[in-house]
Amino acid sequence: MSEIRGASGGRPPGPTQIVRPYGDTTGDGRIQVSFTLPVPFGTPAEKARAEGAAMQLAGKMGLEPAMVVHAKGMGPDYTFFIVYGRVSHLVDLSQVTVTEREFPLLSSAEVNLRIRSGLGRKLVVVGACIGTDAHTVGIDAILNVKGHSGEKGLEYYREIRVVNLGSQVAVPDLVARSAAEGADAVLVSQVVTQRDAHISNAKEMSAAFRAAAPDPGARGWPLLVVGGPRFDPSIAPELGVDKIFGKGTTPGEVASYLAYALVPNAGRGAEAEVGASA
Amino acid sequence: MQTRLNLDPAVVREARALAAKAGQPIVEMARTHTTVSVERAVLRLAGLQGADADGMPWVNRLVDAVRETTGLEHGVALPAWDALLTGGYENLAALAAAAARGEVAFRIPEDADAAAARAAASAALAAGIGRIDANRAQRQRMIEQTSEPRKPWIYLIVATGDIYEDIPQAQAAAREGADIIAVIRSTGQSLLDYVPEGPTREGFAGTYATQENFRLMRAALDETSRELGRYVRLTNYASGLCMPEIASLAGLERLDMMLNDCMYGIIFRDINPRRTFIDQRFSRQIHARAGIIINTGEDNYLTTADAVDAAHTVIVSQLMNEFFGKEAGLADSQLGLGHAFEISPDVPDSFVLELAHAQLVRELFPDAPLKYMPPTKHMTGNVFAGYLLDAFFNLCGVMTDQSILLIGMMTEGIHTPFLSDRDLALENVRYVRDAAGRLGESFVPAPGGFIEQRARQVLGESVALLRRITDEGLLTAIADGTFGITKRPADGGRGLDGVISRADGYFNPASEILESGERAPAGGLDPRTSPVEAGAAR
Repeated sequence: MSEIRGASGGRPPGPTQIVRPYGDTTGDGRIQVSFTLPVPFGTPAEKARAEGAAMQLAGKMGLEPAMVVHAKGMGPDYTFFIVYGRVSHLVDLSQVTVTEREFPLLSSAEVNLRIRSGLGRKLVVVGACIGTDAHTVGIDAILNVKGHSGEKGLEYYREIRVVNLGSQVAVPDLVARSAAEGADAVLVSQVVTQRDAHISNAKEMSAAFRAAAPDPGARGWPLLVVGGPRFDPSIAPELGVDKIFGKGTTPGEVASYLAYALVPNAGRGAEAEVGASA
Repeated sequence: MQTRLNLDPAVVREARALAAKAGQPIVEMARTHTTVSVERAVLRLAGLQGADADGMPWVNRLVDAVRETTGLEHGVALPAWDALLTGGYENLAALAAAAARGEVAFRIPEDADAAAARAAASAALAAGIGRIDANRAQRQRMIEQTSEPRKPWIYLIVATGDIYEDIPQAQAAAREGADIIAVIRSTGQSLLDYVPEGPTREGFAGTYATQENFRLMRAALDETSRELGRYVRLTNYASGLCMPEIASLAGLERLDMMLNDCMYGIIFRDINPRRTFIDQRFSRQIHARAGIIINTGEDNYLTTADAVDAAHTVIVSQLMNEFFGKEAGLADSQLGLGHAFEISPDVPDSFVLELAHAQLVRELFPDAPLKYMPPTKHMTGNVFAGYLLDAFFNLCGVMTDQSILLIGMMTEGIHTPFLSDRDLALENVRYVRDAAGRLGESFVPAPGGFIEQRARQVLGESVALLRRITDEGLLTAIADGTFGITKRPADGGRGLDGVISRADGYFNPASEILESGERAPAGGLDPRTSPVEAGAAR
């Protein structure tokens, strides 16, 4: 156990940092989980069996020892458990991979300046909810002046022209309108989806843009950006889009990304980004 | 109700007068226009059900066929019943099938033919509205046989997409303590210009509103109401392009509450404003007749706009909903005006501000069964903090005597609630209701204090906004982005092509019955003593 951070504390140097969950003592490995099992919790025999079932699951999850601190019947057929226990698993920090933001966060003034000096015209953003999703709350939170989480939306940026097409826009209409508006970027939001419809909708959208402009990078090929709480930001290449924004994205992050990716003379990284991911 | 906020009655009167002034031109427009959905609702009330092989309802086929030949300026009833009588069709479904094949030559009948068509149509609609009256009486009987739940009513949502999954979930939720079950609709149904048919097992983040789904769920909840000895209400959504038809189906299948906002579809679904206001008036006339409590959607404004800055837009929308609702015949006890607990917990005194807003709404609408919505915008994924926020929401609801509490989920925004999330949420509200139920009677804000000042400020801002709206017109105000920040021009959005200006000889046998106030003998209910008023009275 010498590789485990010891009670002496302090951050060990070097690449092989091994840690365990922290309850109240370094290395104690203590965690808490809650779950429901479809078992009754009525008679004493049922209660004993239910708690045993919870202990079995805890054991298989690597909780050893485990303690069922709360069990409650929910209706005749289900029981809710809260379990504390010690996990034997180790976390190797050297094996942790993170997607770091590849662009700097800019203020609205910096975004405007970058567009004005680098592009020499307004940057055009077309936004829409596609497919059956009628919930415009996501796209509106990014585009509307009002914005979200205290940050103003893209409409607030003087150098960005926003065309918000609203909800349930058909993909062909989105492609046509983007071309008509001379869109530099297309923002698509998917909030309420089922059965991974957000994935298939995004793929359908990127395929339609690819079909309309077969030469990626050519003029008329807008940056494709999708966003929504259920997207995994790491699968942009799989969806054929340039960027995915997940839950909690603020308008400032989107504006900073657009300024970074679409204003080429402000840094070589921008060109590389567009070329690589398109 | 005694005022605890020392609101100036003159200011409250002015607010109501301004709302009426802003709403009156809209009512005039609704009186002089119809829509394809209003006309389809007439056929549904006359009993026309079913769909063609493609799943397109016969009411759509028949209304479309009439529109293509005689137009709808005179309403669908005259040409349809004329064709029914003169063409020898067995019933409306046979007529619709023939019309869809292009075999029916519709006309606007005159003289004796017109009188015959009117009489036949009126008889058919009297039977349909008689069924709505009978359902209203049946609701009252059910409440007498079971019991009326205590306030606040606990409102829970089910939304699996499959009506046969929804039913056991709804029954389980009722057993766990829910007084009201709302079946969330499939995403995007609001933008369908037809109502799907039959029981449905596939939906997107919700279950389609269909007549058969309504019937199945109400029957299941009747069973559960008897089992529990407590009447469990059923809620759905009379919104979107088919608002009048869904309202009619709700009346025909004894739903108890319907989401029905005067502006929600415009602002949040980009449905044409004119279409919405015309559809809304007819649907509210149906709800009034059916004893259905409407739920309005002001909570939505606070999910896009800041809950402190936009507090007055909630009040303005509530006053507009009240005006339009009463004009359409709804009683105070049917006005489930909405609002929400959406102030950022980072704002100093956020809970005190919530108390001020909630108490203001309570005092402005003392006899309305207010619907209070839980926090959603500031639920962060920290389920423990979220559980605390929901408890404060429940406390505010209890202290300010809200009538309907939509139960907040600590996992809001993370996933469709787990069974355990719902159970914990119910435990939360039960604790607050049992522990602090009597706190409301002692909740008297300090005269001249923060709560009173804040309530007065919001009311003042509401009056100022209403003045602006009456000056420029409600449609212009909506186009300017006054509500929910979104700009919605009067000629934009979906469904404007379904709006038709009424001709002089326009005939709508449903509206005639609904506006005459006459009751079919089967219902026999005096609106002043009818069940929902008694039931919903606070």
